[in-house]
Amino acid sequence: MSVVPISWYLVLSAILFGLGVIAFVFKRNIITIFMSIELMLNAVNLAFVAFARARNQLDGLVFVFFVIVVAAAEAAVGLAIVIMLARNRESLNVERINLLKF
Amino acid sequence: MSVPFFVFFACAVLAIAGALVLIVSREPIHSALALVLVMISLAILYLLLGAPFIAAVQIIVYAGAIMVLFVFVIMLLNAGVEERTNWSKLAKYAGLPLALFLLLEIAHWLFRAPVGAAIANGVGAPGPAASTTELSLELFQQYLFPFEATSILILIAILGALVLARKEE
Repeated sequence: MSVVPISWYLVLSAILFGLGVIAFVFKRNIITIFMSIELMLNAVNLAFVAFARARNQLDGLVFVFFVIVVAAAEAAVGLAIVIMLARNRESLNVERINLLKF
Repeated sequence: MSVPFFVFFACAVLAIAGALVLIVSREPIHSALALVLVMISLAILYLLLGAPFIAAVQIIVYAGAIMVLFVFVIMLLNAGVEERTNWSKLAKYAGLPLALFLLLEIAHWLFRAPVGAAIANGVGAPGPAASTTELSLELFQQYLFPFEATSILILIAILGALVLARKEE
């Protein structure tokens, strides 16, 4: 039984990261923008696991563990900010949140 | 075509389709469900890569906790259909081609990277799957201090979320 080449996982990771960047740039809803950040983190995690497998070391898996923990903390704080913004501005469209715009 | 190849392609197609649905759909709740699809197919890929603990954490924390939080906020704020806005000319004519070029470039160099080529040629083929025992030993011996630091990070995040989301008196 042959093994799937590691480079295929890396290419899948790059495609998912690129799609995450595209979603981050083109979406207008602030919750969906947060979701595209999570998509990018997931793509990077896939690359970490693939490299850990290729080099046969466990450090990559530990890194993925920490990335997941930090993503959980980030999601909690970020969604609290979203709730606060929605309460103050009554809109989730990022183009309406332009107080700091030059 | 053997079983791992079939599983890899099925999961890869599901993940990319989920990411595309995330971009295309106008309802935030559809985007959230598409992201759950991406996370579950990535968890299966982690199993395929021999990391069962990470796959379990992915499903429990990502597809479970984080996405439930997202869906909860979408329901709480009653987020409806996204408004469509016009792209700027700069984004349309310079940003999109450059983004596609960057994507192609990353894919090209990943295919030419020594690690991928070595695995593809059967040199330095991966060893047995990483057992959860080895991972936990690594986590609680070499990475003990970062592990404890994350608990403080989570405590601060909880406090920050409480303070931010509190109703103003």
